[in-house]
Amino acid sequence: MAKDGILTCYGGMSHVTSCFSREIFLTAENMADEHARKWDRCLADTAVKTVTGLGVGIVVSFIAFKRRAWPLSFGSGLGLGMGYSNCQHDLRSPYLIHGRMVKDQ
Amino acid sequence: MLRACLRGANATARKNYRRIPLTSLQQCRHYTAGEGSSASKVVVAGLLTVSGGIGGTVLYAKWDRLCLCVCVFSLEECNECHEHKEATAVHPAPTEPMKERPVEEVAARLAQQEQEEQDISASVSASLEDSLASSAKATLQAIGAQEAALQAIMQHTDKLKEAMEAEVLPEEKSNQWKDLEAALADRTTALNDARAALSKANESLDSLRSVIDESKGLKISSVRPLVLAAEENLHNMVVDLDKMVMKCFCVLAGKLSTDDLNALIAHAHRRIDQLNRELAEQKVREKIHIDAALEQQKLEDQKALDSAVNTALQHVKEEARLDQERKLAELREVMEAEMRTQLRRQAAAHTDHVQDVLKVQEHELKAEAEQVLSSKMLEQETRYRQLTQEQLDNFTLDMNTAYARLKGVEEAIDSHVVAEDEARKAHQLWLSVEALSYSLKTAEADVPTVPLENAAQAVRDSCRDNDFALALASALPEKSLQRGVYSEASLRARFNSLRSLARRVALIDESRNSLYQYFLSYLQAALLFEKRQEAPPSQLSSEDLDPFKLLSYASYCLEHGDLELAAKLVNQLRGEARRVVEDWLIEARLTLETRQVVNLLSAYANAVGLGTTQAP
Repeated sequence: MAKDGILTCYGGMSHVTSCFSREIFLTAENMADEHARKWDRCLADTAVKTVTGLGVGIVVSFIAFKRRAWPLSFGSGLGLGMGYSNCQHDLRSPYLIHGRMVKDQ
Repeated sequence: MLRACLRGANATARKNYRRIPLTSLQQCRHYTAGEGSSASKVVVAGLLTVSGGIGGTVLYAKWDRLCLCVCVFSLEECNECHEHKEATAVHPAPTEPMKERPVEEVAARLAQQEQEEQDISASVSASLEDSLASSAKATLQAIGAQEAALQAIMQHTDKLKEAMEAEVLPEEKSNQWKDLEAALADRTTALNDARAALSKANESLDSLRSVIDESKGLKISSVRPLVLAAEENLHNMVVDLDKMVMKCFCVLAGKLSTDDLNALIAHAHRRIDQLNRELAEQKVREKIHIDAALEQQKLEDQKALDSAVNTALQHVKEEARLDQERKLAELREVMEAEMRTQLRRQAAAHTDHVQDVLKVQEHELKAEAEQVLSSKMLEQETRYRQLTQEQLDNFTLDMNTAYARLKGVEEAIDSHVVAEDEARKAHQLWLSVEALSYSLKTAEADVPTVPLENAAQAVRDSCRDNDFALALASALPEKSLQRGVYSEASLRARFNSLRSLARRVALIDESRNSLYQYFLSYLQAALLFEKRQEAPPSQLSSEDLDPFKLLSYASYCLEHGDLELAAKLVNQLRGEARRVVEDWLIEARLTLETRQVVNLLSAYANAVGLGTTQAP
């Protein structure tokens, strides 16, 4: 929790209030907190992924592609996209309906 | 008369000479003899007495002149004479013996002595003067008396001479003799007075002598001249007194000379003759007298006889009468006695009869009385029984009423107790509910209340047998019991923070929930401005279901303290906004629920309390 709190504090500026609200309503059942946390997580994740992608791109570009620029952007884009997708999934998760297929055999 | 004179003379002679002539006794005896004895005897006796007396006087006078002194006065006077003779021989007192003393003492003593002597001399002189005066007075008195005696004697002697010499009638002689006797009496009295006075004088002289002796005995020189003067006076007085006495004596003694004696004898003879004559006369007279007396006596005897007879007759008559009366009285008594006995008999018979009648009457009356008594007793008894019964009934009635009342009172008390119990319970409930509602207030800013478990437990305890309250108490949500509820203010604050978030995710719902939508909803939230607070309409229309509107409505409601409406409005949110405010809603619902239950309980407790509380 504290770790999350610190990460999100370093996170987006639009979540200052959520940071504050997190500090006050420090309960697991707090949906607003969850939302904020989600966002924090999302952003953190995205950032990490992007940076990781960038790093991999750099490495790949260094290693395989003779220090070209496109692996960096590719990797960062990759990371960003993964993050974005993750974020979206995370934010969507309450609405996702998990169905089961019932084979009628 | 003659006899009386003779008797007087004899008495005087007796006094004077202390020799009682025998004839006087004889004379007495003769005098006391009866009247019937011969007068001659009496006359002779008288004559003898007279002669004897006179002879005796003469003879005795001749015999002893000196002894007159002794015999005229009493033996005491003789003694006084002797004493008097002795007293003159007394001489003045001896001198005081002198002793050698110291000078000052001597002087003092002399002065004291002088003082004493002066005092004593003064007293002595006074006493001497007094005694002198008294003795002088007495002496003078004695002398006077002696002189008077002398005079009386002289008078007597003259009278005697006169009586003897004078030739007068017998009556006058008798008078003379009477006078003589009187004179003799006077002489006697005078002599007595003189004697008495002399005795007094002697006494005073003796006292004076004694005083003189005393003063002499004191042995004080200054007194001596006084003493001597007193002695001289005394001596003079004594001498005078003696002179007078001697004179008296001489007068008494030398009374009768020879002529006198002869005259006396002649006189005696004459007297005898006279007396003889008188005697004869007397005899004759006597005879006459006797005859007359006899006659008289006879008459008197007759009278006496008559009177005696009369008296005897009267006595007899009287006696007869008395006898008769006595007899009458006796008879009457006897009759009376008989009458009494008869009457007694009758009375006895009467009493017997009366007794019988009384007995019968008694029986009758007793029976009657018994009857009456029994009837009355019966009546009384019945009345008594009635009264007791009445009393008993009354008492029972009273007891019943009392019992009923007691019962009523007991019931009232019990019901009261029950009511009290109910009231107590209601109060307990109320108190516990109050505690619960108070504990609701313990919610501080953004901190939930204390867990309401205890308060709820208290409420449940206080309404064990009250189903309604119990149901209500158990209707409290579990969460509030375990964790407590948030206050409205905290919810309000929270909502305000949530509002912005809800605005931001307003576009997100089940169908639109990509990030792009998120971005759009953020844009919308940033660009769309709505009223902060807007009063919700009484009925929501479809366009009021816009989240922004709803949020403003809810905000308004919250600001105005209507958490319920706010919750309702917030409940209309859909999608992500709804998801975001879900827990707030839950909290709000919890709070509302708890508050509702608590309100209900409070109302109920109030109602019950009101019901049970008795207005004063």
